[in-house]
Amino acid sequence: MSLSRSSAIPRSALTTMAASRRSVLRGMALSGLAVGGANMLAACGGDSGGPATGSGATVKFGINEAEGSGAAYDRLKAIGDAYAKESGTKVALNAVDHNTFQESISTYLQGTPDDVFTWFAGFRMAQFAENGLITDLSDQWPIDGLNDSFKQASTAPDGKQYFVPISYYPWAVFYRKSVWEKNGWTPPETNDDFMALMDEMKGKGVTPFAFGDKDGWPAMGTFDILNMRLNGFDFHMSLMAGDEQWDGDEVKLVFDTWRKLLPYHQEDPLGRTWQEAATAMGKGECGMYLLGTFVVDALGENGDDLDFFTFPELDSSIGADALDAPIDGFCVAAAGKNQEAGKAMAKWLGSAAAADAGNDAADAPFIAANSGASTSTYSDLQKKSAEVVGAAANIAQFMDRDTNADFANTVMIPSIQDFLKNPDDIDGITASIQEQASSIFG
Amino acid sequence: MAHIDEAPQPTTQPSRAVAPPQGREKKLPARDRLTVIVMVTIPLLLVLGLVWVPALLSVVLSFGKWNGFGDLDTIEWVGFQNYHDIVTIYPAFWPAIQHNLIWLGFLFLIPTVLGMLLAVVLDREMRGSRFYQTAFYMPVVLSLALIGFIWQLFYSRDQGLINQVFGTQVDWYGDPGINLWAVLVATAWRHTGYIMLIYLAGLKGIDASLREAAAVDGANEVKTFFNVIFPVMRPINMIVVVIVVIESLRAFDLVWVINKGRNGLEVIGALVAQNVIGEATRYGFGSALAVIMMLISSVFITIYLRNVFREERRG
Repeated sequence: MSLSRSSAIPRSALTTMAASRRSVLRGMALSGLAVGGANMLAACGGDSGGPATGSGATVKFGINEAEGSGAAYDRLKAIGDAYAKESGTKVALNAVDHNTFQESISTYLQGTPDDVFTWFAGFRMAQFAENGLITDLSDQWPIDGLNDSFKQASTAPDGKQYFVPISYYPWAVFYRKSVWEKNGWTPPETNDDFMALMDEMKGKGVTPFAFGDKDGWPAMGTFDILNMRLNGFDFHMSLMAGDEQWDGDEVKLVFDTWRKLLPYHQEDPLGRTWQEAATAMGKGECGMYLLGTFVVDALGENGDDLDFFTFPELDSSIGADALDAPIDGFCVAAAGKNQEAGKAMAKWLGSAAAADAGNDAADAPFIAANSGASTSTYSDLQKKSAEVVGAAANIAQFMDRDTNADFANTVMIPSIQDFLKNPDDIDGITASIQEQASSIFG
Repeated sequence: MAHIDEAPQPTTQPSRAVAPPQGREKKLPARDRLTVIVMVTIPLLLVLGLVWVPALLSVVLSFGKWNGFGDLDTIEWVGFQNYHDIVTIYPAFWPAIQHNLIWLGFLFLIPTVLGMLLAVVLDREMRGSRFYQTAFYMPVVLSLALIGFIWQLFYSRDQGLINQVFGTQVDWYGDPGINLWAVLVATAWRHTGYIMLIYLAGLKGIDASLREAAAVDGANEVKTFFNVIFPVMRPINMIVVVIVVIESLRAFDLVWVINKGRNGLEVIGALVAQNVIGEATRYGFGSALAVIMMLISSVFITIYLRNVFREERRG
């Protein structure tokens, strides 16, 4: 809060300074960018006067993977093609870069969106539902092969379903099998085992946890799991919804526990990307890494050597039956032109056939939400992921999907980074989070 | 009106006399007048439509709270709440102001001076001068986004060149006490070439007879530069000042590429973007930040314009 440094500016500079209109323009352009982005998102194409579904009809399918972006695009493309073949409806694919899609979503949905689009389960899906931006799909549910926990994840606070899941991935503690075998380490069951394991790793000169938070979001996973282990799933979800105090004892306990665990993490996380942290684990410099299954992408040939366990319990009265497992899927845009076709396609997208079509077409399969989907292309890691998530009593979506996006991005990312810089200032950080939370949640 | 004339205004008297006679305008043929009107109104409309209208709307929006869902009537008007929140509970704001000012001071002190020095040296037609010019200018043609990536290869804590070569473990981009300076070095790498080119062009345009005259009078190189060449390059110096201020106020791209303007790299431009174009849609809050940025810019514009007009009057 010190303005005193403003005197660092040379006096001679001050008198001759010219401010730029461009910098003002930039501020303006930024808001314009969001709008422009949305226009790009919206595929062109006029209304078709033909039937809603079946041959002669067109359904517009907006996906959050740009063409050529790898397996994720290949899967979605194949799914679209398979639906076109099966139903006779023409599928007009609108492929948009992942981040662009995510960042322009609200203007996209209020402009001229595609009929069906890729999205995630969680708070923002519910927020779209509350604002009438996505279509009620409760008449399409139940969908064969999608169990109750997926139905729950697809449900907005009004009790109706607005989402159809297709795949998910768990956040867990990953490690290299060969490294652990060589050292005789085994996945810890209790908190004592866990601490003992980490101490032993340190003793052998291995940093227990790889850790990188340059991008701001990876450390949210650590907060989530600690909160779920220490305060339970229900408190976590209610905290995310803005109904609990961020400066209360529960949240302070999370940060305090994290502070005690930090010496077991890689130092200087704020300059390290998750890929670099994963590489450190791949090289055996670190024993394990708490991340999503996408950690494989950064490991190269060591990917086959990977195994994981869910984060162990920290409080025996709470247990260890909750985890982050973000679910990907589809929504139907309320402003989409062809509602009937959109709904029909959404229902099909939840089927085992849709998941299989996607997995058959790409090198790297996803873990299908539908229990009837074929698992023949799965790696061992994915089979185990499916088991672990299936066994979990409660599934959270990850902080930036479970809470208000404004809050997650502008408050939690900088606050967690502040905590990692000054782990001893827990009172100051939680107080600041609470102040901003009350301003945002209102 | 009368009392204004009463006040002694020694400086304005002569300037009035110098001012272009109004009569000349009336003598323009109709065709030319049409051209003038078209050439003035079209840019004027563009400036109004693209700069002033959005700017004013942004000011209006800054008094509201709106997440972008629903129509404009869903905006909740909160008065000065956003501004109050920014200066009291938004932890990133004051560091951002400080960083922008450091940025400005740094660009003036290091790359500008260095660029000028390089220009003077390269102007002497030494061997390989063309090669050096190209080498120093090369970074300017790269986008700042690309520069952020290139320097990541140097600065990465675990895999970066600097730490590998020197065997250090400095967290160049992650340590909030260092990363601003690391970024400024990367900016300077680009900015120096830019300034160099501008001065080089300026130096080429200077009449050689000036140097000869100075040499005949017995002035050495350094004296010639500071007493003869530098003052003659006044228009170039003004341009450089403007460019440096623009560059430092719009500092954005590089920090955005590195860590989206967080953790020691907060700058106002990045804060606006974080709140408005990312996944977050705090349009009111983001607009309030943009308005603050605009006000800061206006201070510099005012100082600059006053300075320019005063100089003109003197001249």
